[in-house]
Amino acid sequence: MKINKNKKIELFYSMIRMRMIEEKIAEKYSEQEMRCPVHLSIGQEAIASGICMNLQKKDQVLSAHRSHFHYLAKGGSLKKMISEIYGKETGCAGGKGGSMHLIDIQAGLIAAVPIVGSTIPIGVGLAWANKLDNLKKIVVIFFGEGSTEEGVFYESINFAALHNLPVLFVCENNFYSVYSGLNKRQPKKRKLFNVAESLGVKGISLDGNNVEEIYLKAKKIIKSVQRTNHPFFIELSTYRFLEHCGPNNDDDLEYRPTSEILFWKKKCPIVKYKKKLLKEKVLNSKKLDKIYNEINLEINKSFKFAQKSKFPKNSNLMKNIYA
Amino acid sequence: MLKKNSINKNRFIQYTQAINEALMQSMKLDKKIVILGLGVDDPKRIFGTTNNLIETYGKNRVFDMPTSENAITGFAIGMSLGKYRPVLCHQRVEFALLSMDQIINQAAKWSYMNDGQMSVPIVIRLIIGRGWGQGPQHSQSLESLFANIPGLKVVCPSSAYDAKGMLISSINDNNPVIFFEHRWLHSTYSIVPKKHYSVPIGRSKIVKKGNNLTIVSSSYMTIESLKASEILSNYGINAEVIDLRTLRPLDIKPVLKSLKKTKKLLVVDNGWTQYGISAEIITRVATIKKLNKNLAINRMGIADTPIPSTRNLAKLCYPDCLDICTEVGKILNIKFKNLYSKFKSFRAQDVPNKNFTGPF
Ligand SMILES: Cc1ncc(C[n+]2csc(CCOP(=O)(O)OP(=O)(O)O)c2C)c(N)n1
Ligand SMILES: [Mg+2]
Repeated sequence: MKINKNKKIELFYSMIRMRMIEEKIAEKYSEQEMRCPVHLSIGQEAIASGICMNLQKKDQVLSAHRSHFHYLAKGGSLKKMISEIYGKETGCAGGKGGSMHLIDIQAGLIAAVPIVGSTIPIGVGLAWANKLDNLKKIVVIFFGEGSTEEGVFYESINFAALHNLPVLFVCENNFYSVYSGLNKRQPKKRKLFNVAESLGVKGISLDGNNVEEIYLKAKKIIKSVQRTNHPFFIELSTYRFLEHCGPNNDDDLEYRPTSEILFWKKKCPIVKYKKKLLKEKVLNSKKLDKIYNEINLEINKSFKFAQKSKFPKNSNLMKNIYA
Repeated sequence: MLKKNSINKNRFIQYTQAINEALMQSMKLDKKIVILGLGVDDPKRIFGTTNNLIETYGKNRVFDMPTSENAITGFAIGMSLGKYRPVLCHQRVEFALLSMDQIINQAAKWSYMNDGQMSVPIVIRLIIGRGWGQGPQHSQSLESLFANIPGLKVVCPSSAYDAKGMLISSINDNNPVIFFEHRWLHSTYSIVPKKHYSVPIGRSKIVKKGNNLTIVSSSYMTIESLKASEILSNYGINAEVIDLRTLRPLDIKPVLKSLKKTKKLLVVDNGWTQYGISAEIITRVATIKKLNKNLAINRMGIADTPIPSTRNLAKLCYPDCLDICTEVGKILNIKFKNLYSKFKSFRAQDVPNKNFTGPF
């Protein structure tokens, strides 16, 4: 399958935009106006971009604590996301959720919650409802490899296989659950997609930093999920560049080997792709500047919007406890 | 229990260090004590509470775990049946909600189900979050949920001294003990003896003597209650403050004794008020015939809503020392002049202390 020039630029744009947004969050976090835990995904751009580029607006996405990119790639409003992190009434959850509870129903980002594994069965349930109503849309559930250690993961995969539900499981394997490496949590050389396969859900393992490959493979997979109503599991290896939670680099803590960090920094999905596109003359420095300027403008606008927005009124506290 | 000369007056240590000492010293005395939990040997060491454990006792006694709370709890129960004494820990209370079957159906029932032939001596350390926008799923005070269950013991020490002594008691106890640590207590200091000592489970404590009214509280709200009593003294009111320390089994006696004197009760719940600790305390008090004439009773707790992330709404959820004074005023029919302007600096913010800058 081929990928046209415009698509390439779109993929690049999506990734660099997400990175620049999170870099701005990291830069401004120390002002102590964004007062909530933030789990930044810098380094993991290719997955959200490559997968979501294949989705239609009606398709639905669920995520976990590290959800900014899924929200953005699915078309979630940047202004509302930044406002949410600032705790403002204009936030996507009215300030009640913070960074760990992003939602943009119109864009199809249905839920993101910070209890590890919790959205997996919820996404399966949503896919079940979609299938019963013959709605012809798919649900994509993004989760970290840590989720695959929770019982509910197995229960959900089992049920999705049993009922042939139109759901795509996307496991972002960045090898760590907070500071705990995979070697302390799972047997050596396990392939997570093999686990899914043994439970009856077909799977594949991909390089999570190769955006074109992800895009192209996911395109096929998503089409087949739509056509056959069968679930699918994609495991993608990738790496988070910053600390687990917060704006900083925490390499000084030495829980990740330096060689490993260097290896993955070299595999930065954006640097790599930029080089490729420059070489292919899809991009040039003039085009790049234009992209950067445009994104910077959007980001600055969104931050200004968030900062200017008001905090929710006191009367909002007791609103919406019940529907 | 303490010999006077064993107290070094200058030995002010942090709550987290007190927990750490309890673990260190207990593990030395009993080789069957093992530590389980995600991150117990990571660079942050559960806010410093598990410092040096792996270095001292090795990787056969300190186990980093998969993100599998339900199974981990089952493993701990199983290990305890094999004569180990596991101490489990979760960085937030909410993560233990994934293991409620193992805790409530299994651990809490074990001894009873087999008529005392086997018990489950495990400790589950749960950390209550608060502040910095942690939001609905990372800042719940769910003590009453656990305190509802026969077969569990539930403790929630509010000082470093009690934390060390009660963790040692919890480890020594032959039953499943839920050990609550409030994140905002982690940074508090008190005088803590160096030696291995225990503070019994099931004893509440008068933390400030007084005779005008009785304030009953637990966990972090004990700190706010003490601050309130300080402010109240400016208005000539001498409050007695009782820290429950253990929620199950509950020691109501000091409360009853205090009420004989004060006839006025304010219960300050660390969590939500409905169906909570205050309901239990007040019922115990109100159903005692000899006592219940002319008692003035009031209660307060967290606003009846999930805790929102935004600090502007979250601050409306948590009562603090000034709100406690206001509720005291309702019992005494007093309106304290300039309370909120004069004692503004006593108010809790969305961080435990000035040094806290996030992110977790
Ligand atoms: C049930 C539960 N257990 C523990 C946690 C604490 N926690 C927050 S994020 C996280 C890491 C999970 O790792 P993974 O799923 O691989 O996601 P990553 O952070 O690597 O993106 C953990 C353990 C939690 N939020 N929920
Ligand atoms: Mg991970």
